[in-house]
Parts: sequence; C-alpha cells; structure tokens
Amino acid sequence: MVLNNIEQLLEKYDNGETTLQEEQQLKDYFSQETVAPHLEMYRPMFAYFSKSSKEQFTKQVPLKTKSVIHYKWLSVAAVGVLMFGFFFNSFLNETDDYTETEKALAYQQVKESLHFVSKQFNKGTEKVGYLEAINTAGIQVDYLKEFNHPLRRVFNN
Amino acid sequence: MTQSDFLTIVTPFKDKVFRLAKRLLVSTEEAEDATQEILMKLWKNKKTIKNYNNVEAFSMTMTKNFCYDKLKSKHAQNLKIVHNNYEDTQVALQKQLEVSDSLEWVGKIMNTLPEQQKLIVQLRDIEQYEFKEIAKMLDMNETAIRVNLSRARKTIREQLTSTHNYGIK
Repeated sequence: MVLNNIEQLLEKYDNGETTLQEEQQLKDYFSQETVAPHLEMYRPMFAYFSKSSKEQFTKQVPLKTKSVIHYKWLSVAAVGVLMFGFFFNSFLNETDDYTETEKALAYQQVKESLHFVSKQFNKGTEKVGYLEAINTAGIQVDYLKEFNHPLRRVFNN
Repeated sequence: MTQSDFLTIVTPFKDKVFRLAKRLLVSTEEAEDATQEILMKLWKNKKTIKNYNNVEAFSMTMTKNFCYDKLKSKHAQNLKIVHNNYEDTQVALQKQLEVSDSLEWVGKIMNTLPEQQKLIVQLRDIEQYEFKEIAKMLDMNETAIRVNLSRARKTIREQLTSTHNYGIK
C-alpha cells in the first residue's frame, strides 16, 4: 500500500474521522513485518488493540432456573393437613383414658365447689335485704308528687 | 426462555462485556465478577429481554454503569491499588521482548486516560463499534465521541512516541 495513503489515513485516524474499514486497513498495514520507521510508534498501538480484542471471558456463570411456587397446590395441601388434624383430634377425644370413678369424683368435686359458691352468694343477698326499706320509703315519698298539681294550676292561670 | 436460548443471545457479546469491564476495573478478577453480575441480571430479566431491540448495546450500557458504580464505591473506601505507577527500567534486548513491552506500555497509557476516553477507545478501536452504536450506548452525541476519541488517540500516540524515543533522542 502506498505510504502516502497510510499517512493520510493516520491523520484522519488521529482526528477520529476514519470509518471502520479504513481502520481495518491501518490495522492490516501495521501488522506487517516492516513499517515505515517514522510510523513505528503506531505499531504497538494497533497490535495492542488487536491483542486486546481476543481476550475471552472463561468463567462459568451459574444460571439457576427459579422454580415457580404453585399456590393452588399449596392451598390443597393446607386443606389436607387441616382435615388430617381435625380427624386426629376427634379420634383422640373418643378415647380419653379416664375411668368412670375418676369422672364421678371430678363431677362431685365440681358440684361441691359450685355449692359452696352459691352458699356464699345467698349469704350476701340476705345481708343486702334491708335495702328493701328504701323501696317502701320511696313509695311513701310519692305524695310529694301532689306538689306538682297546685304548681301546674298556678302556672296555667 | 431456556438456558440454551439465553446463551445463544449472550455468547456473541459476553467477551465484549468482560473486556469493557476489565478496561474500567483493571483487575481480571473484578472484571469477571462484574461480567457474571451483568449476565445474572440479564438472566433474571429474561422475560423482558425480547422487548429490547438491541440486547448487546443494552448490556454494554449496563456494564458501563455497573463499573462506574464499582469504581465509585472503591474511591469511597479510600483504598486504591495503583497498577500503573511503576516503570520498567530494564532494557529489553530482544525484539520480541521489546514488542510485548511496548504492548504493555499501550495498556498502561490507556489506564491513565480519563474514564470516558478509555471507554470510547475500548468500544471503537478494540470492539469496533460504529459511532452510532457507541453514541447510543454512552448516551452521547457522535461529535463528542469523535472529539474524545481523537484526544485519546493523540495522547496514546504522543506518549508512545516519547517512550519509543527514550534513550535515543
């Protein structure tokens, strides 16, 4: 290739005006064994560019496929677990391991304690019995209402 | 979308994502982590991926933003590992060594560029995207990209010239 041409291209190249084809021409020229001595400094530049473009990414990238959770089936499973739970619950209730005497004893104890509570309750109500006196007094005070009648009569006139 | 569908979409540009991340984050391990993160994000959003008309450009923008965030948090940590502030004083004897040495130099010079210029050189000179695509990825107009690219290329050339002539002139 004519040296003149190369020099022109280089000038364009330095100004950032070359096309990719022209840059390829330059690369080809500078990959030769012999280059014009005054252009020697361009050689490592182009050699570096072509060398760098050959570097490769070799690391393996783990690509995980994310398993999609099916909520529909999740709910089905949940219902299953719930029903299983209920079934076992009732099953256990049927076979409680208390004997008849123990049951009777427990019943007796509950009865006694409730009886005691009611006795105390009654005692309480007896003591509050005198409050009825207030009621009778209230009835007696009713005649005070008679005051209203004369007052009304006065206002009406 | 199955894994293989996803891989056919992602494979053409996953190296580009990695290289872009490496350009910005410098360390290979960090770039690998970043790439993995980006791919996982894409995988997570695989349902919406079909709606993007250009997954590649979208991923590159994502990578850029992700790396910027990473860099920001790193600056905030007040911890900075500088990879490019040592000089190799040994004189390379063989031509082969010299070449690989100057290749390294280009990398070092690129690391000193401002982040935006780094990005643009990476996308244009290494990944060979059209200006239109780069404009979309970086959300800039084409003129600004050309200006930045020109500045970066000139910086690289000038620095290379001075190292190239080191000891000669």
